[in-house]
Formats: sequence, C-alpha cells, structure tokens
Amino acid sequence: MRRLLAHALPPAAVVVLVLAAWEAVVRLRHIPEYLLPGPLRIAAALREDWPILFPSLLRTLTVTAEALLAAAVLGAALAVLLVQAKWIERSLFPFAVILQVTPLVAIAPLLLIWVKDVDLALGLCAFLVAFFPVASNTALGLQSADHNLLDLMRLYGASRWKILRYIRLPSALPYFLGGLRISGGLALVGAVVAELVAGTGGTASGLAYRILEAGYTLAIPRMFAALVLLGAAGVLLYAALSGVSYLALRRWHESAVGREGTRPRTGSPRGVVDKEGLTSELSGH
Amino acid sequence: MPPAPGPEPTVPIVRLRQVTQRYANGTEALAGLDLDVAEGELLALLGPSGCGKSTALRLMAGLLAPTAGTVERHLPDPHAVGFVFQEPTLLPWATVEANVALPLKLLGLPRPEIRRRAAERLESLGLGGFARAYPRELSGGMRMRVSIARALAARPRLLLLDEPFAALDEITRWRLNDELLGLWRSEGLTVVFVTHSVYESAYLATRIAVLTARPGRIAGEIAVDAPVPRGPDHRGSEAYLRTCRAVSARLAEALGNGGTP
Repeated sequence: MRRLLAHALPPAAVVVLVLAAWEAVVRLRHIPEYLLPGPLRIAAALREDWPILFPSLLRTLTVTAEALLAAAVLGAALAVLLVQAKWIERSLFPFAVILQVTPLVAIAPLLLIWVKDVDLALGLCAFLVAFFPVASNTALGLQSADHNLLDLMRLYGASRWKILRYIRLPSALPYFLGGLRISGGLALVGAVVAELVAGTGGTASGLAYRILEAGYTLAIPRMFAALVLLGAAGVLLYAALSGVSYLALRRWHESAVGREGTRPRTGSPRGVVDKEGLTSELSGH
Repeated sequence: MPPAPGPEPTVPIVRLRQVTQRYANGTEALAGLDLDVAEGELLALLGPSGCGKSTALRLMAGLLAPTAGTVERHLPDPHAVGFVFQEPTLLPWATVEANVALPLKLLGLPRPEIRRRAAERLESLGLGGFARAYPRELSGGMRMRVSIARALAARPRLLLLDEPFAALDEITRWRLNDELLGLWRSEGLTVVFVTHSVYESAYLATRIAVLTARPGRIAGEIAVDAPVPRGPDHRGSEAYLRTCRAVSARLAEALGNGGTP
C-alpha cells in the first residue's frame, strides 16, 4: 500500500498541478471558452454531453477493435506466409511497405468512394494502418527461432507444420505482441482520421464526427470532452494490450519477468533463483 | 580391418569414410576423416577448438551431408539418435515436462504414453520435482540435465553430445559426468561426445579419438580400459593419470603437425 502510494503520488500530483494551473490561467486571463475552456468546464461538458458522447465513443471503439482484430489475424497470417519462402517475401513484402508508407488521409477518400458501407470503409482504413506492425514484427519473430531448436526438429523428422507450431509460432509470440501494442494505438488513430475524412457526409457518428460537429457549432468544451475521451481510450487500449502481453509472457520471456534486485513491472517479485535452481515462488508450492 | 559385409554384430553403428566437409564460405572443417563408432562404446572426440569436432557430430546425426566421402548409419530407425547441444537449447515457453516430452510428441506417440515416458525420464535424471518449472527458473546444470533428459526421451540407441558441459562449473560438470556414465551403463547406449578437455575425455570415454587442427582428421586413437563404475576415486588413480598423460601427448603431437596432411 505504501509502495503503491509512493508510486502513484508523484504523477497524480503533477496532473493535479497542471490542471490547476490551466484553470487558473483561463480564469485570471478571462480566456473565452470558445478558445480554451478550463478543465472544470470540460468536465461539465463531459457530464452534460455524456448521452451524445458515450455512444460515439462506443462506435469509434468498435471500429478500432474490429480493425485491430483483423490486423492481428491477417497480419500474423501474412507473416506466416512471408517466411515460407524467400521469393514469397520478396514479392509480397513491398506491397505491405507501400501500403504502410502511403498516408492514410490520401487513401481514405478513395476507400470511402469504393466501399459503400461507411462503417466497413472506416474499419478498412484503420485496418490498413494497424496491419503493418503486426505483420512485420511477427515475420521477424518467426525468423528468429533458435537454429539449434530447428535442427532438433529436423532430427526427429518434424514436418513444416510441426516446426511452425512447436518452435516458430511460440518464438514469434513476444514480437507479435509487441507489434500488437503499436497497432492498437494506430488502429484508433486510423479510425479517427478516416472518420474525419468521411466528414459529415456519411451516417457515421463516432468521436471524430462529434469533434467536427462541435467545431462547426463552436461547442469547444464538447470538442475537448471528446478529445479527453479519445485520449483515455488510447491509454486504456495500450494498457490492455500491455496486460495481455504480460500475462502471455510472464513465465518465460525476459521482457515480462522481474529480476532479483529490481522491481518487477507488475505484481509480486518472481523468478528469484536460489542455489538449487528453483525459484522461491516454486518452492513455496 | 576389412569392412565386414552384412548385418553382423561387429558392424559399427556409425561409419565415416574419407569424409570431407567444406562450408559455403570456403572453410574446410574436415578432410579425409575415417572413424567408426562401435555399438555400446563411449567415444570421445577430442581436439582443439575449430577442428571440426562438432561438424563430425552433426554428420553422424544426419543434420549435415558430407561434401565428399560417406557416412553410414546402422540404426533401427533414423530418429533413434539423441542430440545434446552445447547450450541447453530448451523451449523457454514450455515447462520442463513439456520440453522433455517434445521428441515424443514429434514422433506421434499417444498422449498417456508421452506423459508416462516423460515422467520416467525426469525421474531418472533427478528432475522429478521440477516438472512444472520453466527453464529460466533453473540453474545451468539443471537446464543441461533437462536437455539430456529430452535427448533420451525417445530411447535413442545413439546419443551425441556436443561439448555439453563446457559452460558449467567444475563441481556440476563432475556430477554430470558421473550421471552420464550411469546412464550409459544402465541404458546400453552408444555415446559420442565432443570435448576439448583432456581430463573429461580420460574420465568418461572407453575410447578417445584425437583430431588434428582444422581441417580435422584423426591423429590417433586411445583405448581407455579402466573399469566403468568410475567413482570420484578414479580421478586420483594411476590408471586415470596415465590416460591423461597419453592423451595429452597425442594431442600435442596432433597440434605439432596438424597443419600438414
């Protein structure tokens, strides 16, 4: 409890101070709320406009989640395909790179013309930006499998499929999860950017649409409230994906295991090795 | 010795004839290596670093095909080989039990059989209490034990070890030496292990093949006839010291004229 307090207190204090300073400046300099509302005004807007903003948040999050899920599945699948043969990698990878380096704002209008269903078009945009980190990271992971382990598989005459299942996929898991963490944020950005491009033309009513709408009607506090929600959603998404990564890797991967003498990332100290080579955690069982 | 035709009991389990191994980068690891591995022996391949000992072992395992020469293997099936690498080379994401069970899974054994055999193996290497541990939670010596348990899980006829104890401390190494001798006796294994330690080869082997520096050839062979339950006392015995001296002399000779074939 004490440690938690020591951990959480400084950042919390900084946040409170910054917000207080912001409020003070807005009040003392009489800055009109259509230029810069204070934190209290934004909080009020958040409360008042919750019935409008919350459904919009859900919509944006739905598009983000769908895009991220598709990126995870298809990205990993493409990575598996890429590492099957050098010629496949050489012929397909450039397409992935081209898709990645072309700015989304430039492709989004085309996609919105081509795809009738606006929701699908938005999801597609978000998917396009979220796809690459998963695919390229996973491909790297699949190729990073220990060569001796691959030799061992050959010794027992293991098929390509068994090598993939027992060696390559588990080796790639930390890389895949790392890519997914990047893709999470990108999918959210993609969903928002696509909706901004779609503008008021469609039936879309995600958070980006609320921001545009608030801009047109000079409802600046509501605009800020929507921004706050977007920021919070991004942070939560990142935290959730980090949590998934930690849970999947905590028993074996260096990135998730605490060391003796240093504080583990989360949870209780583990992986403390004694002379017999058993961890204290195990001997406790 | 003329090559004996037909499956007589004297047929070596592995026979290398005039084996040359050249890698793509031009390195010649072996040049004209002749070596027989007899059923039931404990053969040490001793030589300086980079003399192609590991290459010879990989040829015996069937992981490499020789550039020239022949490698014959007389095994009941091609998978009856266990291989222990220099590093433990375990699956870090799998428990000790799952690591040992891997070869059995690959060979497609039924699940209860896999579980039974893995447990048996863990027990025989003193790993019984560690089945649910992960490799990173174990010490170096324990990890190497898991690696040996995995190599033996599918009950191989031939066990190949590539400097398995080089990275371990001496106390652990000695203990594992004795365990390896015990397993060799109790399982009726044929063992080939690579080492650069004169003392280890003299303690463990029933026969020592000394290799020249790169490209490797056999510089000489020394039979070790000390009786096999070799306890700690053996390390101080006259017979052991005599073997060490003989092996050292042969190794010095091999290094002296190793460059010229």
